[in-house]
Amino acid sequence: MVGATYALAHELYPYDPATARAGHHPVIIIGGGPVGVATGLDLAQKGTPALMLDDHEGVGQGSRAICFAKRTLEIADRLGAGADMVKKGIVWNVGRVFHGDGEVFNFNLLPEGGHKNPAFINLQQPYFEKFLIDALRRAEAGGKPIEIRGRNVVTGLTQDADKVTLDIDTPDGPYQLTADYVIACDGARSPTREMMGLSFDGRVFEDNFLIADVRMTADFPTERWFWFEPPLAEAPQSALLHKQPDDVWRIDFQLGWDIDRKAELEEGRIRQRIDEFLPAGTEYELVWTSIYTFQCRRMERFRHGRVLFAGDSAHQVSPFGARGANSGMQDADNLAWKLDLVLKGLAPDALLETYHEERAYGADENILNSTRATDFLTPKSEMSKIFRNAVLTLAKEHAFARPLVNSGRLSVPCSYDGLPLNGPDALDGPARTRPGSPCPDAPLAEGFLLDRLPGRFTLLTLGLQPPELLTDVPIGTLTLAGDDLTDELRARYLGDAEHALYLIRPDQHVAARWAEVNEAEIQAALKTAIGLT
Amino acid sequence: MTLNTQPNLRDPDDFYDELLAAHHGLSKDQSDALNARLILVLANHIGDREVLRAALKAAAG
Ligand SMILES: Cc1cc2nc3c(=O)[nH]c(=O)nc-3n(C[C@H](O)[C@H](O)[C@H](O)COP(=O)(O)OP(=O)(O)OC[C@H]3O[C@@H](n4cnc5c(N)ncnc54)[C@H](O)[C@@H]3O)c2cc1C
Repeated sequence: MVGATYALAHELYPYDPATARAGHHPVIIIGGGPVGVATGLDLAQKGTPALMLDDHEGVGQGSRAICFAKRTLEIADRLGAGADMVKKGIVWNVGRVFHGDGEVFNFNLLPEGGHKNPAFINLQQPYFEKFLIDALRRAEAGGKPIEIRGRNVVTGLTQDADKVTLDIDTPDGPYQLTADYVIACDGARSPTREMMGLSFDGRVFEDNFLIADVRMTADFPTERWFWFEPPLAEAPQSALLHKQPDDVWRIDFQLGWDIDRKAELEEGRIRQRIDEFLPAGTEYELVWTSIYTFQCRRMERFRHGRVLFAGDSAHQVSPFGARGANSGMQDADNLAWKLDLVLKGLAPDALLETYHEERAYGADENILNSTRATDFLTPKSEMSKIFRNAVLTLAKEHAFARPLVNSGRLSVPCSYDGLPLNGPDALDGPARTRPGSPCPDAPLAEGFLLDRLPGRFTLLTLGLQPPELLTDVPIGTLTLAGDDLTDELRARYLGDAEHALYLIRPDQHVAARWAEVNEAEIQAALKTAIGLT
Repeated sequence: MTLNTQPNLRDPDDFYDELLAAHHGLSKDQSDALNARLILVLANHIGDREVLRAALKAAAG
């Protein structure tokens, strides 16, 4: 039996010998991390059975992700876990940037009003994962076809024209499973990728980051503090202080490339750094420490026959900008409905290719953003450092330089501009709701728009009567008029238009939009949106 | 807008003088930093990305 590779924060799916039985499943998901569980939940909610296999028995210790973006919370909401996350999480809006011993400037994210969810929350990843597993248990109890097997290590994979065969190791020895499709959500080191001999190319940043989560009841405000060249004796190149729930603070020190990793991880050494960093006499407890190096890379293709890759297994970014888990959740959101329709025979296999197209497009955008942030944090040449520091110096006095300061551009979902599933844009409407875009939330007379767009196609009409459509693909309607047409909804979906009809995908991205109702065009756009053209 | 590469400075000798004077007495590091700040200030003033791209090209020779 392959041994456990990390200690658990929460034991959530203990090994159960009774379940480790050979059989065939429509979908098997390798990995019970945030992306695997989200994908499984989404599939099961749609009625497609999902079996998740994880090599551990719960959620690993140690906070990796802490910043979760609004789009992630919206997806989690649809999956039944969003409310728990927002309740436990910490909302923050103010950030401060320091250079040397002085503050350069501060900013307020000033989140736009009229959204159910905050722009960002800070929450330890183990909580995030636990809330997803709680939702999974509720779905299971409600009769949804979902199952997770702990201590089921996938050790081999082969595929032929009509199935994938997996070798699985358990404390009671090996067994085999087959599946129509396999989703590899097994993380950045993806054993699946290894087993299939697939490459994972990109850039390694020659830098080490010491991450220390400390518990203290200090009186810092709930803000994100970021230092370039902090005034410390053995100066790290940057430092970050950010609050999490349970009085825990994330401290990050950028240590550079040539370090003695082992020495830097000694508690005495870490305390020495933190003591110098925090106000004198601050008492704290070390909750978690580790040293990371970061890379930006992605697989060339996210789909290989019947095996699809999602989350960190498919793409990896440096954490500046919080685009790892946040983008993985969008993979789940994108893949689940497509796989569901294909398995039900309602959409062609070609729809799965668009998973690769759309999410590789998203991954490239994320990699670009996080690479730029990393280049600002770790200037790669003498001249890039001169420019970086010039920006910081100017930012103190001059507003124009502040947008150039890049300590991570916070994650926003991408719009699938120009990609094949988009239909017509026959509305002179706001750019932010053009086809391909994720639907922005908006308040209705009661409640919020996104809560009314469940995981299926929806015809959303504003000030129009929807047509009666006969379709094979399940489609709902949402007819808004009168008090529901709030100012925010109008600004986001109508602009200057009087009325509109939107075709919205199950992942809440706009497929097409029109100023008038035209049944034939809607039918055609629906076909386009499921890969039939 | 296009990049103007025709003479556009009134009293060029005077400007040149001012540019050098700004660097007077600075170390190499300080001068490099000043140049970088100057480029950023000017780039923001120009604002037009097309013009800036043309300027980068013209400067690269
Ligand atoms: C320091 C740090 C800070 C970060 N901060 C942020 C942030 O603020 N915001 C953000 O969005 N992201 C952040 N990230 C990234 C985030 O942690 C990852 O993107 C996220 O965990 C990816 O989820 P995943 O489900 O794809 O993979 P993982 O979380 O890695 O899960 C993979 C799962 O597969 C299991 N597995 C592996 N091999 C097998 C096998 N053979 N058989 C069965 N199971 C297997 C693993 O045990 C694990 O449970 C950060 C990362 C780091 C390191």
